[in-house]
Amino acid sequence: MKCVFVTVGTTSFDDFIACVSAPDSLQKIESLGYNRLILQIGRGTVVPEPFSTESFTLDVYRYKDSLKEDIRKADLVISHAGAGSCLEALEKGKPLVVVINEKLMNNHQLELAKQLHKEGHLFYCTCSTLPGLLQSMDLSTLKCYPPGQPEKFSAFLDKVVGLQK
Amino acid sequence: MMCVLILAAAAGAVAAFLILRIWVVLRSRDFTPRESLSILVVAGSGGHTTEILRLLGSLSSAYSPRHYVIADTDEMSANKINSFELDRADRDPSNMYTKYYIHRIPRSREVRQSWPSTVFTTLHSMWLSFPLIHQVKPDLVLCNGPGTCVPICVSALLLGILGIKKVIIVYVESVCRVETLSLSGKILFHLSDYFIVQWPALKEKYPKSVYLGRIV
Repeated sequence: MKCVFVTVGTTSFDDFIACVSAPDSLQKIESLGYNRLILQIGRGTVVPEPFSTESFTLDVYRYKDSLKEDIRKADLVISHAGAGSCLEALEKGKPLVVVINEKLMNNHQLELAKQLHKEGHLFYCTCSTLPGLLQSMDLSTLKCYPPGQPEKFSAFLDKVVGLQK
Repeated sequence: MMCVLILAAAAGAVAAFLILRIWVVLRSRDFTPRESLSILVVAGSGGHTTEILRLLGSLSSAYSPRHYVIADTDEMSANKINSFELDRADRDPSNMYTKYYIHRIPRSREVRQSWPSTVFTTLHSMWLSFPLIHQVKPDLVLCNGPGTCVPICVSALLLGILGIKKVIIVYVESVCRVETLSLSGKILFHLSDYFIVQWPALKEKYPKSVYLGRIV
């Protein structure tokens, strides 16, 4: 059972949820070989109706304490461009498509999506270009994501604050 | 006429004194060796909290007690913090009796809030942040960019300016800032003791920042 996990983190991203749950998007997702779509909608006001047919299931929820399980079970993650959501998916080695919210302040999320795309770790698009991207993308070209190194932070901080071992 | 002159001179003297204090506080680096230090962590919503908890996770138990500051409307961060602390206590029994505290202050700015109203909400947050900082008197403030952190850091700076306590202010710009700084970053770049960026393009633009690579 191939599963797509859609997440907007703690935000509200109605355009994205509306776009991905529209009938033609669902058809496209099914035609690409997926038979389950999970929508984590956060604070959004667009709440699609969940359903389950023989060939396809749509689940919808707002929040969970941890998205680890849903990410782990997913074959594809389509996420808003929040750093937390992106990193969680990348660290689990999942193919990641990021959808930019063009209505956010200075569209700062675009920087991270662009950089990680440049490094070959994800694909990105806007709501309007999502269907096109889903059709044309080749997930096998995505590269593994090396995790960050917080130990460098602790080494630096210990030194500058004068912590003795 | 004399009164006006005297008042003007007094105002000028106070201003000069304040500027001097600000300059001294911003310049001073506290190198006293120590065994532990209390830390105040500003946890913004969503990813900000995730990032800051990853940074905290790498710090030893010498950084305690830990005081967390979250926006009053943010339950998700409170849950994440409690899980983080429980997890930490589980993994390291010596941490079992380390106390941590969660404090709540009003948000400086909601997502998409208009800028004029933001001035008022930020001032309101400042009014409430200073008593908190004054009560806690942390050795170090750690933050990574949510609007909530500006009043907190300014309050911490004020503690130093008033000669009450020098607080080390450490700002880590979020990993999602690759080419440009956040608004909080632009403000706090000049007010923090250590300003850490996670991408080389920012280090180039802000040579005085600290670059350690990607740390979350």
